[in-house]
Amino acid sequence: MNYIFYFLIVISIIFGAINGKLSDVVNSILTGAELSVKVAFSLIGIMAFWLGMMKIAEESGLIKIIAKIIKPVTKRLFKEIPQDSPAIGDIAMSFTANAFGLANAATPIGIKAMEELQKHNIDKTSASNAMCMLLAMSTAGFQLIPATVIAVLISVGYKNPTIIIAPTLLVTTITFVSAIVLAKIFEHFWKPQCKTHGGEE
Amino acid sequence: MFQTIMNIISLWALPSIILIILTLGLFKKVPLYESFTLGAKEGFSVAVNIIPYLVAIIVSISMLRASGIIGSLSQVLHPLLAHFNVPADTIPIMLVRSLSGSAALGVFSDIAHTLGPENYATTLAAVMVGSSETTFYVLAVYFGAVGISKLRYALIVGLIADLIGIIAAVSVCNIFF
Repeated sequence: MNYIFYFLIVISIIFGAINGKLSDVVNSILTGAELSVKVAFSLIGIMAFWLGMMKIAEESGLIKIIAKIIKPVTKRLFKEIPQDSPAIGDIAMSFTANAFGLANAATPIGIKAMEELQKHNIDKTSASNAMCMLLAMSTAGFQLIPATVIAVLISVGYKNPTIIIAPTLLVTTITFVSAIVLAKIFEHFWKPQCKTHGGEE
Repeated sequence: MFQTIMNIISLWALPSIILIILTLGLFKKVPLYESFTLGAKEGFSVAVNIIPYLVAIIVSISMLRASGIIGSLSQVLHPLLAHFNVPADTIPIMLVRSLSGSAALGVFSDIAHTLGPENYATTLAAVMVGSSETTFYVLAVYFGAVGISKLRYALIVGLIADLIGIIAAVSVCNIFF
């Protein structure tokens, strides 16, 4: 990440200078920083709501029930996590919310799942295999109906906007499966985590 | 038919989840209000915790977009991608969709409005935007919330999967439309 962060910024400045857009680049620092805080603060309310709901679901045993149902799948994907951990139920809930396009619920529940995975993490500053797997599943963006895209298509008078559903579902499934397979492959070849925290890389 | 069923499911998904959580909680004698507020209390700290990570990622991506590099790269890639029946207008979406969801949606709306519903570019753009999630944003939020700064292979996997998604979108659209 250190290098990515460095290159993103250095390339922006160099290209901004070449394209004569250096002042735009400088201005974007301010707008980007403002946007970050806006995004974070817009999450507070909905995050509180779903974390509250998830607390009830956890205490009533619902999360455990869900975890039991999906155990056959998750025990292969999340080997290091004890299968009775609430993390498993949270992961299932977050996947379901994502699949139905409920982004407002998916993000807080996904974060809740990450927090549960962090409890089993041996190095709290680096991502465990299970965390990388959950991230791969979430960034692949598996979704049954691309509602926003369909709304745009309808607004420009697309004749039959629902014809994009099948191809989109096919593409998103391919991406989702590849992300999981890739995460499994990388898990084998990547250097395992160390127990010690260590300093910066 | 499929669409109507999916619409009903989408409409009822959230209310059903909430109803199930609350009803089961009541049956199991969970102190609903107390538990809810206890859990909700964390909302603020989680949101505040992700700010540093969001600033790092959103600022660097805003800078990158402002530098005009997306446009330059699109021009460089165009001759190559033309072989695969990829319209020039959709190239910026490929480049931007892992970085910024709102930017990808913006480019897509732009294509849909200027080129119109009959254009192949509109369809391809719709499939590409509809099948993607903003990898960098999800990474910043999910890992930021628990204070993970060493990503290991998480980003690489996300980006390769995004690339596979783009290739899949182009191939699938070539076959379907």
